[in-house]
Amino acid sequence: MEILLSALILAAVGVLFAVLIALVYRRFKVWEDPRVDAVVGLLPGTNCGACGFAGCRDLAEKLVARAAKPASCTVISDDNRADVAAYLGVEEGDVHRRTARLLCAGGSDVAPQLAGYVGLQTCRAAAAVAGGGKACPWGCLGLADCVKACTFDAMYLNEVALPVVIPERCTACGDCVRACPRDLFVILPLDHKLIVQCKSPLAGEAAEALCRVACNACGKCVLDAAPGVIQMVNGLAVVDYNLNELAGPEAMQRCPTGAIAWVENRQFVPSHNAAAEVVLT
Amino acid sequence: MIPRFSFRHGVHPPDLKALTRSAAIRRLPYPEEVILPLRQHTGKPAKAIVKPGDRVERGDTVAEADGWMSSPVHASAAGRVDAVGLWPHPDGSFAPAVRIAVEPYSPQAPRPRIVPDWKGLTREQLIEAIRKAGVVGLGGAAFPTHVKLSPPKDQAIDVLIINGCECEPYLTTDHRTMVEYPQRVHLGVRIMMQCLGVRRAVIGIERNKPDAIAALRSSLPGDIDVAVQPLTVKYPQGAEKMLIRALVGREVPSGKLPLHVGTVVQNIASVATIAEVFETGLPLIERIVTVTGRGIRRPSNLIVPVGTPLRYLLDACGGMTPDAREVVFGGPMMGVAQANLDVPLLKGTTGVVVLTESDCKAEESYPCIRCGRCLDACPVFLNPQLLGSLALAGRYDEMTANHLADCMLCGCCSYACPSNIPLPQLFQAARVAIRQRQSAA
Repeated sequence: MEILLSALILAAVGVLFAVLIALVYRRFKVWEDPRVDAVVGLLPGTNCGACGFAGCRDLAEKLVARAAKPASCTVISDDNRADVAAYLGVEEGDVHRRTARLLCAGGSDVAPQLAGYVGLQTCRAAAAVAGGGKACPWGCLGLADCVKACTFDAMYLNEVALPVVIPERCTACGDCVRACPRDLFVILPLDHKLIVQCKSPLAGEAAEALCRVACNACGKCVLDAAPGVIQMVNGLAVVDYNLNELAGPEAMQRCPTGAIAWVENRQFVPSHNAAAEVVLT
Repeated sequence: MIPRFSFRHGVHPPDLKALTRSAAIRRLPYPEEVILPLRQHTGKPAKAIVKPGDRVERGDTVAEADGWMSSPVHASAAGRVDAVGLWPHPDGSFAPAVRIAVEPYSPQAPRPRIVPDWKGLTREQLIEAIRKAGVVGLGGAAFPTHVKLSPPKDQAIDVLIINGCECEPYLTTDHRTMVEYPQRVHLGVRIMMQCLGVRRAVIGIERNKPDAIAALRSSLPGDIDVAVQPLTVKYPQGAEKMLIRALVGREVPSGKLPLHVGTVVQNIASVATIAEVFETGLPLIERIVTVTGRGIRRPSNLIVPVGTPLRYLLDACGGMTPDAREVVFGGPMMGVAQANLDVPLLKGTTGVVVLTESDCKAEESYPCIRCGRCLDACPVFLNPQLLGSLALAGRYDEMTANHLADCMLCGCCSYACPSNIPLPQLFQAARVAIRQRQSAA
């Protein structure tokens, strides 16, 4: 008999709370567009932030509210993007593929090492103590903090210890930009092909002493490119990407070091600059 | 039990000072070139006021202080300005520097006084003269001395503490200064006391320097209250918080400065330099530096112009031995290894230690075994083991919560670590990351 009583009491308590929960649910219900969940299902779910919003759900809400275009997502496949557009009945938007680019071409074959570095094998730790032994204090440290930070497997360290970005996989999320203690990564649209792969402010022999592929500020590229495309700022050639349509591979033809490159897809493939090799030999 | 004339925790590395302990300070011929980086002190870099081609005399100002928390830089040799531009800096970067081609065959003759005589100057005039002379702390951090001598008005200072510990192994700069220039030390103390308006000064010296203790004691001035106090030999006895604890028994709270407990701490070499500046009338253009280690052929204590290239200094000491492996600015515990031998000596460079193959620790480090030796070593009672694992995991916010800011990177934890984990480097990298994150936010 007593066992029945406790069962009854428990059942009564259960019913009471069920009713309470039901009432509270009715009273405080937040209506959410069911399309948001559907769109989230179509998005890649990586929460990389490359679209500029706080994760995939945030983007989905913006998409539903027509505050963003499906093309904002740089990770999504072409099919899924079309699906999202069709589902919401909106334009896909213009796809601007962007990718991370490294502003240093000083691999271990061309950038001399001044000292051996035996401390912690991370770029950040090496940068905190005298910069890891590479002669150039602006160049890539080659300890792969960026590769470790990349969540899309879009990078690998090549045989001369330079990180190579695979543009097909890169989502332009910017994790490598933040990981690099020397600020060597920039996110560039894929059609920005003329890239100065150097950050050394030194000029002439001083620059070349630190690295064979350094920009030595000779200014030949400024003359060879269409007027205004390249400027010499602080001992470094700087491409004005507002005039990107005028930029062409002729700018790098006479570069004596190969610091400026015309990049079709991956950087540093084939190694460095064919034009520079011709000039040197 | 809190020990007298010492502090709790810390480590006992071999002092290795015998190489240069009894080597008298000598002078070197001038190098062909001196390189004067504009950033040699804590605070804003100085601003260059010379241009290539200018002729400068010894003691001429080549760069002016940029604001209060800065310090001017003076030509350390007569010559012609060769270039004003980027040059390798001991911190591993390239930094703006004035390069002077030293005039060959120049007698580097004495010149009329630039710094006035100290006698009869008021407190403000003294501090201004010290500021103009570019005097900074010579113990390593190179904190501008005039800032140290101008504590906020509402902060009463009652005792001046002079740091003669030199607890870093190998270095004997301060030791030789005390032995050879005791009068200068006492004059410097007198000037500092006048600037601060304090009546009491204590000089703390580790017991492994009996000749320095004797030299300073035998020349004590009778008219002011200066005491010489021998201290237990332990690292890091010369850290200012440890020193205050040992000498006056006060504890500097976390995040506070020595002046918050009524003290000002100054390193012995800086004190001697203050006196020297007023004696010779020339600004801070020379310093005493120990070049030592088993990797150098002729270990020496030298007076050198600020900005002497490291390569020249090593050559002048007989060059490096074939098994030399690592060149360190400062002592082996806290010093910075140098990758480039073209770097110049700064005002704050206490010594150059050349370590050999056998001096350098094994390179591999092993996982933490939670033995707790780092906890017993840490003089500021942090938990280096915890901080280390947080750093490896990139959990920087939790490191801040565990008082990373109190760490002074003394290196006791990694000295004690049987797994050879480079804890201070982890902490340093974490600090840089935290700073970057803050400036990005």
